[in-house]
Amino acid sequence: MTEVFVDHKYAGTVKDPQDFIERIRSERRMGKLPAGVNVLYNKDTDAVTVETCAGRVVRPLLVVKDGKVLLTPRHVEQLQKNELSWTDLVKQGIIEYVDATEEEGCLVAFYEHDVVKETTHLEVAPMAITGLATALVPFGQHNHGVRNAQGAKNQKQAVGLYAANFYTRMDVDLSVLHYPQRPLVQTIMHELSDFNKHPSGQNVTIAVLSYEGYNMEDAVVINQGSIQRGMGRSAYFRPVATEELRYSGGLIDEVSLPDKETKGYRSEHDYRFLQDDGIIFPEAHVREGDVIIGKTSPPRFLSAMDEYNLTSSARRESSVTLKHGEEGIIDFVLLTENEEGNKLVQVRIRDDRTPEIGDKFTSRHGQKGVIGLIVPEEDVPFTASGIRPDLIFGPHGIPSRMTVSHLIEIIGAKTGALSGRFIDSTLFESEKEQDIRAELASHGFQESGLETMFNAITGEKFIANIMVGNMYYMRLKHMVANKLHSRARGPIQLLTRQPTEGRAKEGGLRLGEMEKDTFVAHGASLLLKERFDADGTVVPICENCGMVATWDFRRNRGSCTMCGDNTDVSNVEVSYAFKLMLDEFKALGIYPKLLLESKY
Amino acid sequence: MADVFLEYQDKLPQAIIEQVQQHLPKGATDAKTKNVLEAVYEEYINAQVEPGDAVGIVAAESIGEPSTQMTLNTFHFAGVSEMQVTMGLPRIIEVFDARKTMKTPTMEVYLRPPYNEGKDIKIAAMRIKETTIEDYATSFSIDIAAPSLTVALDTKRLEAVDSSVDAVARILSKGFKKMKVALKGSSIIITPGKDQSLNDLYRVKEKVRGVYVTGIKGVSQVLPVKRGEEYVIVTAGTNLKEVFALDFVDETRTYSNDLYEVEALLGIEAARHLIIKEVLKVLNTQGLNIDTRHIMLVADTMTMGGDLQGINRTGIVREKASVLARASFETPFKHIINAALVGETDYLNSVVENVMVNQPIPIGTGIPKLVTKTGSKE
Repeated sequence: MTEVFVDHKYAGTVKDPQDFIERIRSERRMGKLPAGVNVLYNKDTDAVTVETCAGRVVRPLLVVKDGKVLLTPRHVEQLQKNELSWTDLVKQGIIEYVDATEEEGCLVAFYEHDVVKETTHLEVAPMAITGLATALVPFGQHNHGVRNAQGAKNQKQAVGLYAANFYTRMDVDLSVLHYPQRPLVQTIMHELSDFNKHPSGQNVTIAVLSYEGYNMEDAVVINQGSIQRGMGRSAYFRPVATEELRYSGGLIDEVSLPDKETKGYRSEHDYRFLQDDGIIFPEAHVREGDVIIGKTSPPRFLSAMDEYNLTSSARRESSVTLKHGEEGIIDFVLLTENEEGNKLVQVRIRDDRTPEIGDKFTSRHGQKGVIGLIVPEEDVPFTASGIRPDLIFGPHGIPSRMTVSHLIEIIGAKTGALSGRFIDSTLFESEKEQDIRAELASHGFQESGLETMFNAITGEKFIANIMVGNMYYMRLKHMVANKLHSRARGPIQLLTRQPTEGRAKEGGLRLGEMEKDTFVAHGASLLLKERFDADGTVVPICENCGMVATWDFRRNRGSCTMCGDNTDVSNVEVSYAFKLMLDEFKALGIYPKLLLESKY
Repeated sequence: MADVFLEYQDKLPQAIIEQVQQHLPKGATDAKTKNVLEAVYEEYINAQVEPGDAVGIVAAESIGEPSTQMTLNTFHFAGVSEMQVTMGLPRIIEVFDARKTMKTPTMEVYLRPPYNEGKDIKIAAMRIKETTIEDYATSFSIDIAAPSLTVALDTKRLEAVDSSVDAVARILSKGFKKMKVALKGSSIIITPGKDQSLNDLYRVKEKVRGVYVTGIKGVSQVLPVKRGEEYVIVTAGTNLKEVFALDFVDETRTYSNDLYEVEALLGIEAARHLIIKEVLKVLNTQGLNIDTRHIMLVADTMTMGGDLQGINRTGIVREKASVLARASFETPFKHIINAALVGETDYLNSVVENVMVNQPIPIGTGIPKLVTKTGSKE
């Protein structure tokens, strides 16, 4: 007797397990059982497993019976005419969903010609072994699997036309490419997923060439002329929002132009863009510190005394300003209210982003890189026919990563551009490399994609022939303009008096413990002290009790709160963090006594 | 020794002088020899560490940085019979931490001639390995009718390790006093005594399998390996003391990778050597090149107290004089509270404390002090 487990709970026994699972399968295919029920007979443990619960990963497969695929050319015909749909095929038991458990007992053929007598299923398409994003990598069958995954990952960060209604949306941190194009080298997935309706890259001319070392370590060199013609240009959108909050006592924030009596009033210059309603007007060019939405809040603490006090009843300034290092043009102003019925003001800021040194670009093969140099068009090497590439890609990224698909795409897109057609590069079912090469040769080019090139600065011919072709390149959302940061002096934290952290807070770059060790290793003792002086303070210390004393500047002498005036108080230079630690010791009930002695 | 060399006796270490003597061409005149020695002396001085150099941090960085490049999973040579030994970063951590229980204790047993040429190598290996009755028994059978357990033994294998069925029987009768142990040819028959049931016999059967017969306790595996020209026995499990007692073992070269065992048997200097040897072994297999002196410094630090101390909060860090330095490295509360209880004073003599209070650290440029001459007006 074979034991049967339903969702890993013992359910009973059956005599003939093989017959039992066959019956479950056929009833599922007939639609008597839900399509999500999966069964497996495990010969080793002599047990039947039935899975019905939710949350299992299932994948569709074509059913094969007695060495014959149930999907016939007639079905395909009907599908093409739209007389039949996917769900119809599932209902008819031609396609079924198989989970990881049932898959153990299946023999799945990859191609139709692999189907033998024992085969139970056929892959819907060989490409189906990958996900949507990975299927967008052209010629993936030529690569190491990891590279396809990386290529897919990079594409997700590409700047493109993410939604056609972007103009009416208030999305956070988004970019829109000015001139998106459909890729010349496509996979079936580009059509299936409507990628062509919202593309995220451009077809560029590329030369695989080293350029004065400016494209080492995966960097790329870009032709300035191409940028001027619109390559890689995008707009960056960022919303700024504020609402009128309600406080106890019927007090409320007010979006308006703050009057000069307001506490914390900025200079008039800062409010220059605000209109009568206290909100900025569209197309104003704003920079850091400029007020975008003028707002005032009620005074923070209202005590009985203050009610009679005129000066303290002044409202507080709480306008929204552009943060440090930001810049842009006011694109769109939206006035609405939130769930609580408070007035909500949203302003969208647009920033034109021309590709600059440090911006990130990628092909679809995990070959991402940063712009290392933008070269004036006249200095870009040219081919014998006078073509100047838009982008120069360093050859060193290829051998170690073995992304053969990258090279095939160059040849493929070149052929596509010359023939005026799209090249099919679907995973496992792409056009053959030899055919593409032959077609390229028929256009009068070298089938390898190599061309004679000239150094545009000296006019000399390059000794080697250079691979030139086309390729789909994408601009990634990581842009230097959002990341560039430096600081000499700046804000400090209240508690520790050490510099703030992070770009948004204009923070310092931390010299960490390991970095400190390098100073020690060099014996650069005084340099280290100076470097850590950011929170240096002078603390008066009572020499009697060894605790922090006070310094009376009027009498120019110190006194100790414990020992009184009759004690020596010396000024000691320590880091504020140390003084803070002493205070924390005191809070713990530990007496940190400083014993002073002359430094010299 | 020539007079020229005498002059440098105090300036240069003996080893260097000897090296110069060896490599000097025969006809070198005294004047030329002196020139050579002067050049050597200059090199020697240049090679020395300057006062105030942060040797500890430099050693730490020199070991730490290459360690980040070490592949964590050890590389195995497929096909070659080899003992499983912890290598790579886990082993380095194990050594520097001076772990009491290590993952793979092993010995490399060097042999005296003629055994090191391969004579009776298998027997030698068998004599080192801890063996139990299971290793010699061909069958265990229980007769239920007349309750008895028959253990059939392989006499040839027993003879190979200077043992016999007799000896095994004696061990068994000593171990199972409630049972009767009898000999019958190459078999041992165990019959239950009074108040002993069949169930007890079953239990005895399982116990008999694990009864120790010969070899060295703690050595679970032996593997004869050819190292260059000679044979060496690599073991899993260590027991140096007993291995040294064997007549065919060359105790001058045999060693164990267990730091504490070596320290107990051969002393702290040997343990220091073992630390250096083990760390260098890992680094060399990983193809990393670290100056030996960095590792020597670490080994010195670990052993200078006369016993083994790891580089961690229970080892050398606990020995630090400064409360702040100890607190800055793991478990700060424990150190500060204990220091508060006994009223410890921190004299700010070392690096970390001075970084904390933002004072010049007593390293490199922080050492020299300016002194003003007061008093005399000459």
